[in-house]
Amino acid sequence: MEKRELTCINCPMGCRITVTMEGDDIIAVEGNTCKRGFVYACNEVKSPVRTVTTTIKVTGGVVDRVSCKTKEPVPKNKIFEVMDAINKASCKAPVAIGDVLIEDCAGTGIPVVATKAVSPA
Amino acid sequence: MKADIVIVGGGPAGLAAAISAAKEDINLNILILERDSELGGILNQCIHNGFGLHTFNEELTGPEYAARFEDQLDGLGIHYMLDTMVLDVASSVVTAVNSKEGVFTVECGAVVLCMGCRERPRGALNIPGLRPAGVFTAGTAQRLVNIEGFMPGKEVVILGSGDIGLIMARRMTLEGARVKAVCELMPYSGGLKRNIVQCLDDFDIPLLLSHTVIDIKGKERVTSVVIAEVDERSKPVPGTEQEITCDTLLLSCGLIPENELSRSAGVKINPATNGPVVNESFETSIPGVFACGNVLHVHDLVDYVSEESGRAGRSAARFVKANKAEEGPVINIKNGNGVRYTVPSFVRVNELDGDLVIRFRSGNVYKDNYISVLFDGETKLHRRKPIITPGEMEQVILKKDDLTAAPSEILIEITEV
Amino acid sequence: MDNSFDVIIIGAGVTGCAIARELSRFDCSVLVIEKDEDVCCGTSKANSGIVHAGYDAKPGTLKAKMNIRGNEMMTSLCEDLDIPFKRIGSLVVCTDAAQRSGIDDLYARGITNEVPDMRILEADELREIEPNISDDAVCALYAPTAGVICPFRLNIALAECAAQNGVEFKFDTKVTNVIRDGDGWAVEASDITYNARAVINAAGCHADDIHNLVSDKKLHITPRRGDYMLLDRSLEGFVKHVIFPQPTKMGKGILVTPTVHGNTIVGPTAVDVESKDEAPVTAEGLVKVQEGSAKNVKGLPLKQVITGFSGLRAHEDGGEFILEEAEGCPGFFDCVGIESPGLTACPAIGEYMASLLSEKLSLKQKDTWNGICKDVVKPFELPSAEREKLIRNNPEYGRIICRCETITEGEIIDAIRRPLGAKSLDGVKRRTRAGMGRCQGGFCSPRVMDILSRELGVPLDSITKSGGDSKILTGRTKDEG
Repeated sequence: MEKRELTCINCPMGCRITVTMEGDDIIAVEGNTCKRGFVYACNEVKSPVRTVTTTIKVTGGVVDRVSCKTKEPVPKNKIFEVMDAINKASCKAPVAIGDVLIEDCAGTGIPVVATKAVSPA
Repeated sequence: MKADIVIVGGGPAGLAAAISAAKEDINLNILILERDSELGGILNQCIHNGFGLHTFNEELTGPEYAARFEDQLDGLGIHYMLDTMVLDVASSVVTAVNSKEGVFTVECGAVVLCMGCRERPRGALNIPGLRPAGVFTAGTAQRLVNIEGFMPGKEVVILGSGDIGLIMARRMTLEGARVKAVCELMPYSGGLKRNIVQCLDDFDIPLLLSHTVIDIKGKERVTSVVIAEVDERSKPVPGTEQEITCDTLLLSCGLIPENELSRSAGVKINPATNGPVVNESFETSIPGVFACGNVLHVHDLVDYVSEESGRAGRSAARFVKANKAEEGPVINIKNGNGVRYTVPSFVRVNELDGDLVIRFRSGNVYKDNYISVLFDGETKLHRRKPIITPGEMEQVILKKDDLTAAPSEILIEITEV
Repeated sequence: MDNSFDVIIIGAGVTGCAIARELSRFDCSVLVIEKDEDVCCGTSKANSGIVHAGYDAKPGTLKAKMNIRGNEMMTSLCEDLDIPFKRIGSLVVCTDAAQRSGIDDLYARGITNEVPDMRILEADELREIEPNISDDAVCALYAPTAGVICPFRLNIALAECAAQNGVEFKFDTKVTNVIRDGDGWAVEASDITYNARAVINAAGCHADDIHNLVSDKKLHITPRRGDYMLLDRSLEGFVKHVIFPQPTKMGKGILVTPTVHGNTIVGPTAVDVESKDEAPVTAEGLVKVQEGSAKNVKGLPLKQVITGFSGLRAHEDGGEFILEEAEGCPGFFDCVGIESPGLTACPAIGEYMASLLSEKLSLKQKDTWNGICKDVVKPFELPSAEREKLIRNNPEYGRIICRCETITEGEIIDAIRRPLGAKSLDGVKRRTRAGMGRCQGGFCSPRVMDILSRELGVPLDSITKSGGDSKILTGRTKDEG
């Protein structure tokens, strides 16, 4: 049995939730004060994911960095691999919002898309 | 130059105000004056996501959220001028400067103030120590990293756990810096729980509540800061000092509405918000001058800015057409126990175009309390809230029909039972 | 490279630069050596910005003489050099009837020093001209010739004027030794030896160290730190005069005054310290500033502070200006112990030292000398027609960079390109006020950095706050990739 401590992010209460796990199975969720907390805790212990938002190099544009994000959330433990891949990549102006800049970022199967437009220089 | 409505500032508030004014009457000549070289204001540097859940039902980044509004301007025939700084505002004339026109005036029927806010700088915080390079407000650092593509430092301490500070803790970490601690003077954080978990906990960055920076060292560049615990009166507790080696101190210690133009125009300012006193139509004490967004009161959600600014823009459009308000009853909104301020401050019932949304902030953290609304002393609404914090704006919505009876005063308070 | 000069001045503060300007009237070669990256980096950069009337100094002292003469010279100097200066008058306020005689003594001293037009104001009249004065105020010594000045422009203008008349400047050059060399002196600084017939020591807090390199009669300076608070311009008019408490032996006390640019300044404290280079603001100091201001002025909203800073006074043990050829060191001239009223006195010190030097070196006046030097063009201080023409011809004067102080890109470019131009954020700030307003550069500093980078032709991440290792940025994002 393993106990995992979480802080719920759904509201300013920030309930401290304790999830008791047996292998991959959730045995108990304690400390939440509402249903949303229960759902959050279950998802967060099983497969925590985060959207990574950052910038990527751009060449031939009016600026040389453009903001971007993973189109879907990526597994939390992949955040730094995703950052590495984005840091090594670059794209060419013009860029439009939603343009796919990396097809499959760091083997997550998730693309990185631009979140801002860049006109050519 | 002439315009029906001049919008001072092309950030989220100005964009929403312009768009809703144009939608109210497509024939109005609407002009946005923006001091930066692009529209969108602070959203351009807020490249993180979490914007638009209320407005678009999806999570957008700042630039994406801004683009949703900017994309509507051309279709609505809204004009804008960039790199244009407004120098003076009066009810029917706005003076501005840019490199093409020089100093010029725009005669107008209404003005909407959307200047946003600025960060409280180091000097205003009375932090002792030397004055080396390496001390930045979190927003300046955000611009340097996200827009300019430069790192302001490698080893970072952050003072203040406002959302920008938290967001920058993650951002600096993702870009390879080491964030050693986030110190918060108060015993609670002013930031969203989500940001504390996803910006600090995810990266094992310690959040030190009831702590402050008591010394900055380094003659040329920051070499360390000394932090200490504070007591209930926010005074450092002797013996709790710790020196943290770092090259950078980021400050996220509050935002101040930028009301210098409003003040010189003679607009009445609410000392609790540092923003104009407004009525239900977001009209200031000067008829025809409206205010919305962070210049009015500092928001935590841009969605609320857009919604309020929409109302302000619509009101401005109606003002231009009617040019006077109907006579009618006025209801004052009073701050009761625990309520620091409300927006609006008073309501002209006849001018309401729908339900009345009253937004407010508490002065403290309240657990398991009630938000009560009293009409002339009689309880009209009594709603339990598991938690109320100064960091999250609260709202109550009152039906227009309930207001036609026109109480002379609405009191909003936080009560235990 | 010829490293020989007639005169070398050590230190590019107000004293060194005032002397440089006066010497530039003469046919001689002058070099100013400065350890920092710019002029106005030591005691000259952090002070009250007051032009004192001259009743404080002990009659007969050089402090008194130079104060009175400096005050006299200030009006025309500020016209010639385009320096913001307002004679707003000063009040020394007595808040305890038992101390009233102190005001009479000060008045008498002022009369002896020949301070013009002083008056003692009784409580009613005092309240009329200064409504926010403390309720405890009994009377005050009013000296209409006191004023407020921009200390940065004073220092920079003196240097610019000297430079336009041929004086050379070397920055980032620290003097490590001064030795007798034949009939003159050899000055070793940053691995280079400079030669001069005469040396002037205007090294501020370090002037004792420089003096002690050559003279057996040792001097000793104690750096005396003072904390200040600078308040928002929205308080303009809250006080109208330079308001002092009654003086003590540690100095003139904590004053409250408008600055020449409409801020309100409160301070300084007076604490003797060790370091001659570091002046940290302290928590205790800020408390003393707040308490001190409340003594004379009621209800000053100190919450509207926009910055706190701290400066050093170069206090020599004797408490007097030392303006002389050092004993046994022919051609080595000291300007030591230049603390308050040093800013007021600097034009007079310049005049006095130049006369000593011209005599010593038998210098001749030049046929042509240009004593006029205009400040950075400020579009918002021009009549509208002129301003519009300026913007039409130079569109960068229509682009606002510093929102708080309404400073344009044109002004910043001018500050960088002019002789002895700005090389750092602080250099731009002191020349234009960009970053000196209520947001303290939060908005404009990235933009000013862009302009510096472009104008100086250097990468953005080499831009500094104030030279040396004070780089603002540590590199690019995504650098390794």
